[in-house]
Amino acid sequence: MKHTLSVLVENTPGALSRITGLFSGRGFNIESLSVAATLDPTLSHLTLVTSGDDFIIEQIIKQLNRLVDVYKVVDVSEGDFVEREMALIKVRAEAETRAEILRMCDIFRCKVVDVSPKTYTIEITGPESKLKAVIELLKPLGIKEITRTGTIAIIREKKTA
Amino acid sequence: MAKMTGKEMVVEALKREGVDVVFGFPGGAIIDVYDQLEKDGSIKHVLVRHAQGAAHAADGYARATGKVGVCIATSGPGATNTVTGIATAYMDSIPMVIFTGQVPTGLIGNDAFQEVDIVGITRPCTKHNYLVKDVKDLSRTIKEAFYIARSGRPGPVLIDLPKDVQNAKAEFEYPDKIKLRSYNPVIEPHGKQIERAYRVLERAKRPVIYAGGGVIISDAHNELRELAERTCTPVTMTLMGLGGFPGTHELNLGMLGMHGTYCANMAMANTDLIIAVGARFDDRVTGKIEAFAPFAKIIHIDIDPTSIQKNVKVDVPIVGDCKKALRKLVNAVKVAGRPEEAWCDQHQSWLEQIRAWEERHPLGYKEEPGVIKPQYVIEKLYEMTKGRAIITTEVGQNQMWTAQFYKFDKPRTFLTSGGLGTMGYGFPAAIGAQMAFPDKLVVDVAGDGSIQMNIQEMATAMDQKLPVKIVILNNRFLGMVRQWQELFYEKRYAATKFETTPDFVKVAESYGATGFRAQKPEEVEAVLKKGLETDGLVIMEFAIAREEGVFPMVPAGKATTEMLLV
Ligand SMILES: Cc1ncc(C[n+]2csc(CCOP(=O)(O)OP(=O)(O)O)c2C)c(N)n1
Repeated sequence: MKHTLSVLVENTPGALSRITGLFSGRGFNIESLSVAATLDPTLSHLTLVTSGDDFIIEQIIKQLNRLVDVYKVVDVSEGDFVEREMALIKVRAEAETRAEILRMCDIFRCKVVDVSPKTYTIEITGPESKLKAVIELLKPLGIKEITRTGTIAIIREKKTA
Repeated sequence: MAKMTGKEMVVEALKREGVDVVFGFPGGAIIDVYDQLEKDGSIKHVLVRHAQGAAHAADGYARATGKVGVCIATSGPGATNTVTGIATAYMDSIPMVIFTGQVPTGLIGNDAFQEVDIVGITRPCTKHNYLVKDVKDLSRTIKEAFYIARSGRPGPVLIDLPKDVQNAKAEFEYPDKIKLRSYNPVIEPHGKQIERAYRVLERAKRPVIYAGGGVIISDAHNELRELAERTCTPVTMTLMGLGGFPGTHELNLGMLGMHGTYCANMAMANTDLIIAVGARFDDRVTGKIEAFAPFAKIIHIDIDPTSIQKNVKVDVPIVGDCKKALRKLVNAVKVAGRPEEAWCDQHQSWLEQIRAWEERHPLGYKEEPGVIKPQYVIEKLYEMTKGRAIITTEVGQNQMWTAQFYKFDKPRTFLTSGGLGTMGYGFPAAIGAQMAFPDKLVVDVAGDGSIQMNIQEMATAMDQKLPVKIVILNNRFLGMVRQWQELFYEKRYAATKFETTPDFVKVAESYGATGFRAQKPEEVEAVLKKGLETDGLVIMEFAIAREEGVFPMVPAGKATTEMLLV
């Protein structure tokens, strides 16, 4: 099972390598990882997608908590949550395919952020499943390059008071 | 407040932490700290012969005293030489602070002379580590390091000190207490969990306490004994737990696991309740995990949540300090008010069964005329030293025979590398223990292989006039590996026989120490007696049965009931 962990860590030089080292050293896998600043400059926020049975996920969370630099770990996928990823896709766009690509962008609400005589660069945001679908559709047209942010996630607030 | 240099801060912080002795080896990148140590003069420095020895000595000091052990090394090779010692301490949760010199901050990353990324190298084998790039952070870092090393589940913490930082100046701020928002070990066990544990214990018919190194680290031996006695529950210990419960107690089952006693392993296989205290269900203890303790409910007390549910499913997890948890559990037993006799009645048939196992296959060995049996040497050593010695061991058969045949009644009297199994640990650890307790008898039980891994520290022991006694069980083999080859590799003794071994008596003499040798069983007692009575550093070498094995033995990957017996 896939789990999305939200981790707050001290913004120190070694913190990230402690976390990635923990995963490689103990044979846990990281499917995606994204790191960014928080409103508090002394803390960084990591979103980490990993997979494993309940036993392994429990170990991963405990092991993360054991690191001196880790402030807080939340398994956001335990409950209701919103997840998003962004990709920039440079796709071959020749005269005969340009219109089709634009139509697809429209349907999936992607944006064309760069245009060259032979390519479009498309920005797409959504849950990982949406990115996957778009990538599959673009593949036959010829994807030249792709770069992705990795998933970020946040817990949904309760709808009732 | 006047400003201080980094090197002054190091020495001042050591004083504030109550450090009376440090172990180390100098070099260019740490020369400034050494200069300050020398100028200050109030902290004893033990100059070793190899930085690995310094790390093990600090570890031995820590294990014997419960205090934080401190060692110092220079950058590059000095730092890398401490890594085995750091990993050894890490695996056994030993509190240590390691200071390493580093090239000046401006050169870091340039492959400068004797530069190595020791913080990167030791990240997976320290509890935490630091590269201090600004002298303003130094005093707080040292405070944190000692606090982290000794609190929660203890462990080694390394501080890397660039040369320029040692000489830069800043305010020295050393708070009495610190709080780290990201580091808050759970000490106080949850009351509800204790109640649940009591209810499970109350119903158990065949309970066993499985005690590990956590009992010793948290000084929980009195509480453990009280729980065992009040509830008439037998106790088995891991290698690291030995001494946590008296080896001579009638409820003691001895060590469990790969080289555990028959009765301890049978008890684990048949118990309906395991109370695990400060132990981590390591593979040397469980054997084949699917076959481990099939009928047992498990109560698991440990300060490290990651130890719980790591290898086995636990029914009642209790996160917290072992001493506090056991105290609460004992209180629960008291409050419930069931008399001791009632507990004993409830466990009577279980205790009888255990006694029957004990009688069926007690620990033992076959005597052979004219040949010294290593177990006999340990038995005699025990008879002559009981209760008053700190015993360290190397790794291999020597270690297992000591664990089996020496009865440890008190905590912190058996120092051995359990988790990492580091050959070469025992002798420098003995030096550390002897520095802490100059008047105690400290004995390193060694194999002829292991002792050669840090034999250079004889000079250190001579320097410090330390009366460490070394017992070498010389089988002229890397015995434990040979035993595996004998049993599982059709006796192909690949690379387990040394062509050349020094004359250990002469080695002793060449360092200015004393050496004795026994070649026949009749000589064993006399050599031990002479050796133990001789002042100063002594080697006692025993030419033991060359192909003697350690039994019982659970072959790796087998169920713990599938023991090979004597
Ligand atoms: C540094 C290190 N290298 C290798 C090993 C693997 N090993 C475990 S026991 C052993 C043999 C030890 O031989 P010796 O010290 O003579 O002790 P004996 O088993 O004969 O008592 C070896 C090589 C180890 N534990 N540590």
